[in-house]
Formats: sequence, C-alpha cells, structure tokens
Amino acid sequence: MLPFILKRLGLALLVAFTVSFISFLLLFLSGDPAAALAGETASGEDIEAIRRVYGFDRPMLVQYGEWLVSALQGDFGESYYFKLPVAGLIAERLQVTMILGVCGISFALLTAVPLGVAAAIRPNSIVDRVALFMSVAGQAMPSFWFGLILIVVFAIQLGMLPPSGAETWRHFILPTVVLGYYAMPAIMRLTRAGMLDTLNSDYIRTARAKGAGEGRVLFKHALRNAIIPVVSLAAVQMGFMLGGSIVVESVFALHGAGYLAWESIARNDLPTVQALILVFSMFYIVFTFLADVLNAWLDPRMRSA
Amino acid sequence: MTDDTLLEVRNLTLDIPTGAGTLHAVRGIDFELRRGETLSIVGESGSGKSLTSLAVMGLLGKGIRRDADVMRFEDTDLLTASRRRMRALRGDRIAMIFQEPMTSLNPAYTIGDQLIETLKLHRRVSTSAARARAVELLEKVGITAAASRLGQYPHQLSGGLRQRVMIALALMCEPDLLIADEPTTALDVTIQAQILRLLVDLTREMDMAMILITHDLGVVARVADKVAVMYAGELVETGPAAAVFERPSHPYTRGLLRCIPQPGKTDRGSQLGTIPGIVPSLVGEVTGCAFRTRCPHAVPECRAAIPVRGDAAHDFRCVHADGAISAEKETA
Repeated sequence: MLPFILKRLGLALLVAFTVSFISFLLLFLSGDPAAALAGETASGEDIEAIRRVYGFDRPMLVQYGEWLVSALQGDFGESYYFKLPVAGLIAERLQVTMILGVCGISFALLTAVPLGVAAAIRPNSIVDRVALFMSVAGQAMPSFWFGLILIVVFAIQLGMLPPSGAETWRHFILPTVVLGYYAMPAIMRLTRAGMLDTLNSDYIRTARAKGAGEGRVLFKHALRNAIIPVVSLAAVQMGFMLGGSIVVESVFALHGAGYLAWESIARNDLPTVQALILVFSMFYIVFTFLADVLNAWLDPRMRSA
Repeated sequence: MTDDTLLEVRNLTLDIPTGAGTLHAVRGIDFELRRGETLSIVGESGSGKSLTSLAVMGLLGKGIRRDADVMRFEDTDLLTASRRRMRALRGDRIAMIFQEPMTSLNPAYTIGDQLIETLKLHRRVSTSAARARAVELLEKVGITAAASRLGQYPHQLSGGLRQRVMIALALMCEPDLLIADEPTTALDVTIQAQILRLLVDLTREMDMAMILITHDLGVVARVADKVAVMYAGELVETGPAAAVFERPSHPYTRGLLRCIPQPGKTDRGSQLGTIPGIVPSLVGEVTGCAFRTRCPHAVPECRAAIPVRGDAAHDFRCVHADGAISAEKETA
C-alpha cells in the first residue's frame, strides 16, 4: 500500500507542477498584460513604464520562477482591482465555498448512496422508480432555476429560511440542497448500477452460502465493491464544487471563490484569476489523489497499478 | 427413511415464471443421502442439477417457485424452516462450492478474512482460534505456506489454489453435507484430478456426505457411491454407481456413457458416441418422457405417463420394460 501511495503522490506533484506552469502562462494568453493593465487610453510610454514596474520585460522563465517561489510561500501578488494581497482575498472567499462544497457533496452522497442501494435491492420497485424520477429531475433542472424555486417557496412563501447571504448556518441550507441535488443523480445511478452488478456476482452467492445475513451481504460484501467507481466520481464532483459553484453562489449571494473568479475574469484581474486557477486545480489534484488512495484501500487489485 | 439419513428429497418441483409461460425446470425429483455417502447428480447443461442443489441450500433466485412433498435435512424441514434457521444451516451443516473459483471469492478481502468470517458466523470463537483453524484447513487442502497465504488476496492466487481455498472455506465448520457444483469444470485437466482426489479424501476423512454435480461421467465413476442421472429437469435413472455403470438402463444414460472413452471397452480409433438433437423446451405443460425427441427407441406411448421400473436400489423411467436394451442389441 505504501509504495502505491508514494507513487501516486509523486504523480500528483508532477501534475501540480505542470498545472502551475500552465496557469502562469494564462497571464500572457490574453495578450500583452502591460497594455491590458494600462487601459485603452494609455500612451506607449505609460505601457512601457508599467511593463518595467511589473517586471514583464524580463524573460518568461525568470518571471515564472519568481512567481512560483512566492506562490509556494503563499504570496500570489496583489490584486489589480482590490489592491490587496490575492492570498488573503482568496482565503476569505474560500471559506464560504469550502463550507458549501463540503455540505453539498455530503448531502449528495448521503442521499444518493442509500437511494442507489435501495433501488438496486429491488429493481423496478416503487423505490427504484422514485429514485429514477428524482435523478432525472435533478439532471434536467438547471441549478439557478431550482435555487430560485427554493427561495420562492422556503424563504418568501414559508419564511422558514433566509433567501441569501452567508451569516449563519441557516443561510447554507438552501444552497447545499441545490448544489447537492446537482451532484446526486450521477452518484445515485452509479451506485445502483454497481450494486446490481455486484449483487449478481459469484462471491455474493458464496457469502450467502456461508450463512451470512442480508445486511452483511449487502454492506460488507457488496457495497465495498460497488462503491469504487462512485469514489472516483465523487472526487471529481467535490473538486468541481470547491471550484466552480458560480451559479449557486450568485443565486444565493454567497460571495465565495467561484463568484470571485467570475468577478476577476470580468475585471481582467489577472493575478487573482491566476491564483484561483492554481488553487482550484490543486483541489482537483488533492481529491483525485485521495480517491486513488481510498480506491486502493477498497480494492487490493488496484494497489499494484 | 432410516436413522442415518441425512438429506431426503421427495417430489421436488421448481417452476420459473417467464414471459412465455411457466418454465418447469425441475419436475418430481426424489433422492436421499446417508451420512458419509457421495451422490453424484449427472446431466447436461440446463438439466436442473444446479437449481436442485440451490433449492436444498435455500438460495434459489427470486421468483423461482419451489414445491416438494418432503425436503428434510436431519431434523430440519427445509420447506418450512425460517430464514434464520436456513442461515444457521448454510455454511455450518451444509456447505457449498461452486464452478467458478476465479470469481467465487470476494476480491476485496484477504483469504484469511474470508475463512475466519465463515467460522465466526457460526461459532463463538476468538480471532486467533479462527485463524489457527484457517491455517489448519489450508494445510489440509494442500496449500503450502498456509499461514502466509492468509494475508493474500484472491487475485494473487491461481484458479486451482482458489478452488482449494473455496474447499477450505466450505469445510471451516465441518459440515455434514458438502454440495460441490461442477467443482472442477473451470480448471485445467491436471488440476481437475487433484481437486477431485482431494474432495474424495476429505469426505472420507471427515465422514462427510457429498452431492457432486457434474456433467462428466468419468468423474462420477471414480467418486460416487450413488448416481442420479438428470435429463431436462427429471431423474431418468438412479442407483448405486457400480450398478448404473454396469447395467445402464435408461437410453439416455447409455447415450451419455457412449460419449466418454472407457478403458478396456472403447476400441482405439473408434468414434465416440453423440446424442443427436437438442433439449426440449420446458415452458408450458410437459408430459411423458422428455427424452423421447432424441431417443432412438421412442414409441407413441412415450407421450403418456412413464412408469418407474427396476427396484428400490436401482430404478429408471422408461416405457420399455428393459429400457430398450434388447432393441439396442438387435440394431447393433
């Protein structure tokens, strides 16, 4: 198990390094950053001055090395728009996003996995049909629309929950449901398919022949094998939620990292965009790594891979 | 039913509802098994042998209807036993091994975990005692370095080793009855003989009864005390192995025997027999002898009810009083 973890860790670091280079290059993809900073009315001299002040006149690799070293120390430079250190800005916004992301994926897993298992135990039963209906509805409904409906019903009509903001835990309930419901269908369908497949396997028959009870058969013998693809999917969805819940954050006026990314792109605030891309990518890398380790723990055949 | 009868099955019927009608998969099967005895159920694929064994285990799939006059294991009526009682029997008094050793062990757990689990499901034992028992059984089934195997996973073992592990798993609680469903079919020929030898030795050593399900008559000849030949869901002939091989009475049994080479009887270079035709559909009402569509001695009477002939020890079902042996000799 340990050699596997070290190997995956090495791979993850390699990917992280590559991603950092790409996200640095993004700065230059949108054209001359000095010109963009100076604005449309600036003269050639102004642009040159800005180029020198920000160091854009030096070789690109030198700039990258400098940026990487300070990034590793937590210094992502200063936001062009807020005139504040990017690191502090992101850390502050990330808090909201992380709470929302963790709640969202938990909500998705806690509803989807039991529902998927129940549907697989009795295929074509009423439970299975309800689960299918819920997953189709979840997949078909856009998040912003579902969010607005929840606000209308629970915040405005019933007055049970606040419609927007991030002050108390109650503010997070509706966004969690919307975000979680978005991720639920895929997890549910994958759990159901995995369980159906596993329950028909020979080793489940062996477990029953041993005299194991249904609970043990389902949860010890079947679920562990059925859940493996779900782990990989949940990791990707988790990365997505921590990076890009822009729609949900906008609908509920939760000013998280996704919202910050959207604002910064609109304002051409390149250091912020760069840092956010790097942070979001790191989330994906970390969760993929964790999913690989978890899967290797679940299925010993993967440890040699 | 005598005192040492372990398993008694009378008039077992299994029906499977399908879209096209009811599939009468097993019809009116009788057999009994005494302690320490080996019964071999022989028949081709789809003859209902595996379903019969799963019916004894109480592991039939959903929707399969089971009906019988008697189905008794020791003092337990298997027809009325609660799920709890069946669970207690399975893996403890009745154990089963399957055809596919490659997929019959859970890939996520070590060999040791799976062996220990079986014992702990049925006995109050410490993990270390269960471990010791697991090592003992792995050694008994001929696995070397048994203690170090406990930490291995199924994918690290070959098919032959996995089948040995399956046998060890089945024997953890010293069952009275072992059901082996085609235990050697998926293995290499050289391994087949070893596994079969092992099963025979273990049943003798542990005074265990065995139901050996197979399509290979060669296997039966070496192992079984009693033989039950199944065709399309019915028993066509049952009897002591020696008697059935000596005087195969049903035309189907003789057909099967002609399909395998027999030392001293089959001439070198001669062609082995085949049974032409295919197994009839068992959907809808099934009457008369199911083998009549492939039988060279079929007569119109085969459509009607078929009498049981022979004696209590060795019986067969055929309209011909002698199972058409005389007719066969004339044509030969």
